[in-house]
Amino acid sequence: MIQRTPIADAFTYVLMVLGFILLIGPFIVILAGASQTLQQINSVPFHFLPQDRFLENASAAWSRANLGTAMTNSLIMACLVTFGKVALSACTAFAIVFFRTPLKHLFFWMVFITLMLPLEVRVVPTYAVAADLFEPFRLLISALTGTEISVEWNLLNSYAGLTLPLIATATGTFLYRQFFMTLPDELAEAARMDGSGPVRFFVDMLMPLSRTNMLALTTIMFVYGWNQYLWPLLMITDPTYKTTMMSLGALLPSENSLPDWNVTLAGSLIIMAPPLIVVAVLQRWFVRGLVATEK
Amino acid sequence: MNKVSKMADIDIRAVRKSYGKTQTLHGVDLCFASGEFVVILGPSGCGKSTLLRMIAGLEEITAGEIAINRRVVNRLEPRERGCAMVFQNYALYPHMTVAQNIGYALKVASVPKVERERRIKETAKVVGLCEYLTRKPAALSGGQRQRVAMARAIIREPKVFLFDEPLSNLDAKLRVTMRAEIRKLHQRLSATSIFVTHDQVEAMTLADKLVVMNKGHVEQVGQPLDIYHRPASVFVASFIGSPAMNLFDTRVEVDTASVRIGAAQVPIDPALAARLRGRDLTIGIRPEQCVVLPDGGRVPAKIDFIEELGSGRVVHAEMGDQTFAAVIGEHVNVRAGDRIGLELPSSQLHFFDRDSGRRIDMEINSSVPQQVAGASTLAIAH
Amino acid sequence: MEKRSVFNSWWLPILFALPQILLILLFFYWPAIAVMKWAFTLEPPFGGAAEFVGLTNFKEVFADPFYWKSVAVSLIFALCGTFFTILVGLVLAIAVDRQLPGSGLFRFLYILPYAIAGPAAGMAFRFILSPERGLMASVNAAFPDFWNPAKYGTHALVLVIVIFAWKWAGYTFIFLLAGLQSVPRSLAEAAAMDGAGPIRRAVDIQVPLLAPTLFFLLVIMMTEGFVGSDTFGIVHSTTGGGPNHGTEVMVFRIVDEAFKGLNYSGASAQSIVLIGLIMIFTFIQFRFIEKRVHYK
Repeated sequence: MIQRTPIADAFTYVLMVLGFILLIGPFIVILAGASQTLQQINSVPFHFLPQDRFLENASAAWSRANLGTAMTNSLIMACLVTFGKVALSACTAFAIVFFRTPLKHLFFWMVFITLMLPLEVRVVPTYAVAADLFEPFRLLISALTGTEISVEWNLLNSYAGLTLPLIATATGTFLYRQFFMTLPDELAEAARMDGSGPVRFFVDMLMPLSRTNMLALTTIMFVYGWNQYLWPLLMITDPTYKTTMMSLGALLPSENSLPDWNVTLAGSLIIMAPPLIVVAVLQRWFVRGLVATEK
Repeated sequence: MNKVSKMADIDIRAVRKSYGKTQTLHGVDLCFASGEFVVILGPSGCGKSTLLRMIAGLEEITAGEIAINRRVVNRLEPRERGCAMVFQNYALYPHMTVAQNIGYALKVASVPKVERERRIKETAKVVGLCEYLTRKPAALSGGQRQRVAMARAIIREPKVFLFDEPLSNLDAKLRVTMRAEIRKLHQRLSATSIFVTHDQVEAMTLADKLVVMNKGHVEQVGQPLDIYHRPASVFVASFIGSPAMNLFDTRVEVDTASVRIGAAQVPIDPALAARLRGRDLTIGIRPEQCVVLPDGGRVPAKIDFIEELGSGRVVHAEMGDQTFAAVIGEHVNVRAGDRIGLELPSSQLHFFDRDSGRRIDMEINSSVPQQVAGASTLAIAH
Repeated sequence: MEKRSVFNSWWLPILFALPQILLILLFFYWPAIAVMKWAFTLEPPFGGAAEFVGLTNFKEVFADPFYWKSVAVSLIFALCGTFFTILVGLVLAIAVDRQLPGSGLFRFLYILPYAIAGPAAGMAFRFILSPERGLMASVNAAFPDFWNPAKYGTHALVLVIVIFAWKWAGYTFIFLLAGLQSVPRSLAEAAAMDGAGPIRRAVDIQVPLLAPTLFFLLVIMMTEGFVGSDTFGIVHSTTGGGPNHGTEVMVFRIVDEAFKGLNYSGASAQSIVLIGLIMIFTFIQFRFIEKRVHYK
């Protein structure tokens, strides 16, 4: 170890405390504001000490933005998206890594290119597909055979619509691919010698072995799923399917009413809580997932 | 030169392997009798592992045929070939216990649980793993992992055992123990075993039949001692034996019955000399067969340095522009820098064609008694 | 890199890849083709089939000063956001890497903002940095109109950049800390033997060895700043692109034109430009990652 100088140590602590004020300060403000009364929160200067009104504010926010429904929907959405992403990326990576097929390159590149097509740049036509899922098939079939078919499946205002378009994942697929590549060749060979076929190998070997990966991916994908904003905004008009991110607007004090930011902050704290808890409790996995997906 | 059994269990016919344009196996023909312990020996990259993996079914056969028990297995999946394999790095399933590792093949084959457990216990007893059945591979020592790998192969009662350099990850002492255990195991199970290694000691001690490979070709097939005494090529001669055989490029001198080695003339059989005259030769002699005479002999040399082996010493000497190694007993009193004489018994010379590297077979070797004489000279030399 | 031993089956890999490939075709490629089509065609105002108009849509987009304003806003947003996230992340990573007592707790805390969705953070910051209450009210009391993001576009832009940097600083921090920890201790020790103090060591040894990580983060954060979903979310929930287009980043303008202005062709043309930009970033990143593999 390098010897430490007290001045350098003190300076280091100053930097770390500054970082704390910068990055955690906003949480303290939110927490303090969310537990204050209407008068306290609108007083200048701002009081940084939390008060005792959090539960009242929270319940006001809960009913104002109908957070019960929204939290349930967000939870369902985040879980479905997470599960779908983890499952599909494992399957696709398996196909890409463990088979001798010319298609593996096609699959790889098809998945890779999705990185260059973020939702924002293809939002209108993606919405159009979700509104009429079978349109591409209908057009293809009528172009190929000349027959018109009339099947329709509208994903608007449904959990399928909220989740299906978000499930494809290049980062997840690459994470699994990366992991599969690091497994020694002998593992698959030993399994083959023991009589195991590909599916069995996938279930008996790859799934249990990739548990840490799965957990890492699950944490980052849950946060991703929970924090989705634009897509639910477009997909959902029916209030029974509203997610938390869509409820943010309802929490804002309206122009001509009381500036009850204490309620707004309490509500936003509730909305922030699930991903915050996941990152705090599973931080080891979350960090591992983040670092691994970008490699 | 080999007795080819009609009961051949494994038959390898004109097998080739290429990756794209590079060919790694150039037509291999081999025949292994059932119950034989075959060792395939060669330097890394010689194609020995590829050949083994082709028998196992892990590598596609580019051309030729492999038959196990007269059934061509080219198109069969590994599990249908009745082979079990022990891998170099053991390839244990890290997330399974020892028992699960050993029993996995049976589980895949849907063997009922009760029977499975009975056989796992039995097999564990054979390799001495009974106390470790509930452990994970990470909690085992190298030797124990090796035993799990073997147990995993044994439990399937295969017709053929394949070993892919299984001892190379063990330390020297454990390697000797495991070598003996593998040999004992083979005597007990008597299934055909093919063992791939680059370690000549392993090869010599384990093999019923030794196959020496180099650069995708089979150099020589035979019993270990035969190969040691009559290496079929320069490559085999230099690869087998430690310290390595001394090799000299030379010709038979005009009008004499001798070859020049360094500064010296070594007489050889006149009949042989007549036959070899005019050809470029490589001559070999094993360090164990050279006789060192401290007070000067026919071939003068100067000692460069001496390696102590404990049981004996290896003298590295210079004679003219050639260097030379000879094994001497521990009591021979020589030191680095000493001038000595060498005696090279002509009966112990191996003659190879320099261009092809193949052995030139000598009638002279049929006069065997001299071989014994050579060995005794060494004993007297101190 | 290829696996030595693989399974032989032509239909299993297809079966395994099919679900994701199908979703990709439906929700990525089909829409991408539609974007392509719309960018080069125009729907007549009174209905009928779209007609091919060549580069007209692009010309129209490029002739619009508000488009160029959005390009400028995006550029400032991405550049400043990237600069501050990396700066904060780097300083904190170097501090935490000294492994003083308690630095583990700071490391744990610094990552937390990254869990917060951009829009949720945006709403909280609307209060925290509001001109009338929260933290800036006292400043405004002393200097009237010093800070008013609702009124001044520049202030609003600063606001969204602050939110972006706040959220993403923890992310760069993670990567930079990981990078620092992979720098061998012996190097810092050798520098210490040579008489370099802590700051000198940071500047002379650690930062240069972090260069690959820094460059990687630069590309990632620029991409995120231009097209990241948080960028849209932050702008949409905090300022709505205003005031006076002052925070209208490119992604926001595309979505806004498509759904509010119903100008699909214009939005598609802008999308194509943005996709081109992403391709450049991805290319750089890919080249760079390729190189990094070589280093190892």
